[in-house]
Amino acid sequence: MRHRRLSGVIVLILVLTSSLLAGCAREQDDGRTLTYWASNQGNSPQQDRRILNEEFEKFTARTGIEVDVEVIGWGDLLNKILGSAVSGVGPDVVNLGNTWAASLQATGAFVPFTAERMRQLGGRERFLETSMSSTGMPGRPPSSVPLYGLSYGVFYNKAMFREAGIEQPPSNWSEFVDVARRLTRPSQEQWGMTLAGASYTENAHFAFMLGNQEGAQLFDSDGRATFASPSMVSGVQRYVELMSEYEVVNPDDAEIGSATEAVGNFATGEAGMLVAQNSAIAAIRAAGMEDSQWGVFPLPVPEPMPEGGEAVRSHVAGTNIAVYRNSENKEAAVELVEFLTSAEEQSILNEKYGSLPVVTDAYDNPAFDTEALRTFSSVLADSSKQVPMIPNENRFETTVGAAVRDLFARAGTDRSVSRSDIADVLDEAQQKMRSGGGSTR
Amino acid sequence: MTVTSTAQAAPPSGAEPDGPRRRRPRISKRSVPYLLLAPALFFELLVHIVPMLGGLWMSFLRLNQFFLREWMSAPFTGLDNYRFALDFDGAAGVELLQSFGVTAAFSIITVGVSWVLGLAAALFLQRSFPGRTLLRGLFLVPYALPIYTSVMIWKFMLDRSDGMVNATLSDLGLGGERFWLLGNNAFLSLTITAVWRLWPFAFLALMAGLQSIPTDVYDAAAVDGAGLWQQIRTITVPMLRPVSQVLILVLFLWTFNDFNVPYLLFDQAVPSSANLISIHIYQNSFLTWNFGLGSAMSTLLLLFLLVITAGYLMLTSRRSRNA
Repeated sequence: MRHRRLSGVIVLILVLTSSLLAGCAREQDDGRTLTYWASNQGNSPQQDRRILNEEFEKFTARTGIEVDVEVIGWGDLLNKILGSAVSGVGPDVVNLGNTWAASLQATGAFVPFTAERMRQLGGRERFLETSMSSTGMPGRPPSSVPLYGLSYGVFYNKAMFREAGIEQPPSNWSEFVDVARRLTRPSQEQWGMTLAGASYTENAHFAFMLGNQEGAQLFDSDGRATFASPSMVSGVQRYVELMSEYEVVNPDDAEIGSATEAVGNFATGEAGMLVAQNSAIAAIRAAGMEDSQWGVFPLPVPEPMPEGGEAVRSHVAGTNIAVYRNSENKEAAVELVEFLTSAEEQSILNEKYGSLPVVTDAYDNPAFDTEALRTFSSVLADSSKQVPMIPNENRFETTVGAAVRDLFARAGTDRSVSRSDIADVLDEAQQKMRSGGGSTR
Repeated sequence: MTVTSTAQAAPPSGAEPDGPRRRRPRISKRSVPYLLLAPALFFELLVHIVPMLGGLWMSFLRLNQFFLREWMSAPFTGLDNYRFALDFDGAAGVELLQSFGVTAAFSIITVGVSWVLGLAAALFLQRSFPGRTLLRGLFLVPYALPIYTSVMIWKFMLDRSDGMVNATLSDLGLGGERFWLLGNNAFLSLTITAVWRLWPFAFLALMAGLQSIPTDVYDAAAVDGAGLWQQIRTITVPMLRPVSQVLILVLFLWTFNDFNVPYLLFDQAVPSSANLISIHIYQNSFLTWNFGLGSAMSTLLLLFLLVITAGYLMLTSRRSRNA
């Protein structure tokens, strides 16, 4: 009798538990409101919300569809996307880093942009070819489309260049190192350049760019990681030895965890150069530096170019936009993507954020005809290469990025990092990537 | 509360002036405890048991980005994730072993130092003196502060270029250019931050324990010529054993599972010298999207802590019986 009563209580609890869990299902909405997770592109989430809401008023006036915006920092965005992919509860439209495109495509969380949907956006040919190369795995319809275009360039402090008697920006890597040396005055706490040594994403990008300049391929024809190849070691060595060998980077930079912090060093005159994406322009301005005080030149390449090396001056950087498969308003969501990728909105938003339009018909705006943005757009169009569009791209970033971070930690503390040290940590990263432990299909 | 189930008398025929009569719910006396426990059981299931079983099931799956949306359909791989995590010839196994060693050292040092500091502070505040209440409140500040605030304070203090620690060392002529958040010093920074947060809890628990020791025991010892150190060694520590046993176990479980302190102190760039097992599991789950492997590592950690806890409780209860 007692057992029956106890089992009755347990059954009751299980029923209550399951009904409560079922209650977590996505609530119905009115079909006239879209939820949009926007990445933090500006100086602050508040600024982003203000900029976006101004534009969405137009969208609502034209379509009657309201947009509820939530601005999410880059540090949290990927985890939030993953969480919503698992739970099925999330926004209708989302921004993502374009290097995650293939990894997130593998989750099946996003609606594919079929030929018909691309026609709705004005056709694939409207978009920059380089930006379209980072929208998902090759041979499949894109699962996201470009929204904001970015590329790397070298920002330099004009006054510091003049003071050091440097008349021309460097045109190759050895000149770049020489210029950095001439700008470095540790006694005055002035350094040739600044970098985010503890940021695994930044480190992975540099390993990719400089590795490609040396002729490295991240994966062989069988898709196996080749991070420890001599050319990759040379690329990473060139980056790390800016701190360890040439001492043109403040060892404190080994602790810098984001590009934004490095921007602060550049804007305050602690460093003469900064290799960053054009999104840094807004942060440089916010830090009080006038546009006339800085210039930009493309990331230099070695001269002569190593065998097999490519003149890669940036990876194809940028922010994409995707529609969730679980959205109950897919058509409205695609309408929102259509609106944000229109020539008018591309012109307005990219001007405000200091990024580059990803559609060719938005470049009529004279705001994009500055010397700096011309440099970034020509790098994006002509000398950038997309990171491998494979489902495990995120593993490349974490393994190689963390390996380079550890090298900077060593360079910052005892300043001696040999080629074999670099080979060892890259080999370890390669082993981790190859072993995978069930991270492949 | 008494609930009786008496048979109701048959209602008189005809309309009732007070409306239909309600039947009182029939709840037997024996059901009451179960019903009272039900809400707690329900939430225990919801918050603890169901997610834990879910995690255990995930550890047998190849759960990566390909199957995230429909994780129940992820391929069943048996013990593959466990084999991979414990393969000490592979990169993941070596890293797991390293982080296990770091975590064990971190936990033992943190718990040991917290207990000693807590005991010293509790003994110090046993005697009455002006300002004792204020000091007692001050000692509890690190424990009362939100974890984010307290770790961020340490992060700023340990910064190489602008931190107070290096500035102080520089003023003392001891060299103020050390990295505290990189390299091997990171372990020391992590331990100091964790001790700073935990020792007030030890202090609080031991202070409560000290209240239960009769003062005449100390008086008798003093008459016999026992000094302060002897009194602590032969009276205080043995009589605090029951409190200390529970305290050490709780502190050990907290520190062994600690994720917040290293994550807040180093962000995602945790140096290998401070790479605790919780961070290692996080990296394998959320940075490389290998949730099956992460779940297997979590299960292994749970089993290890269960074994350690059981062993510790057996050992301490045996000692108590022999004492």
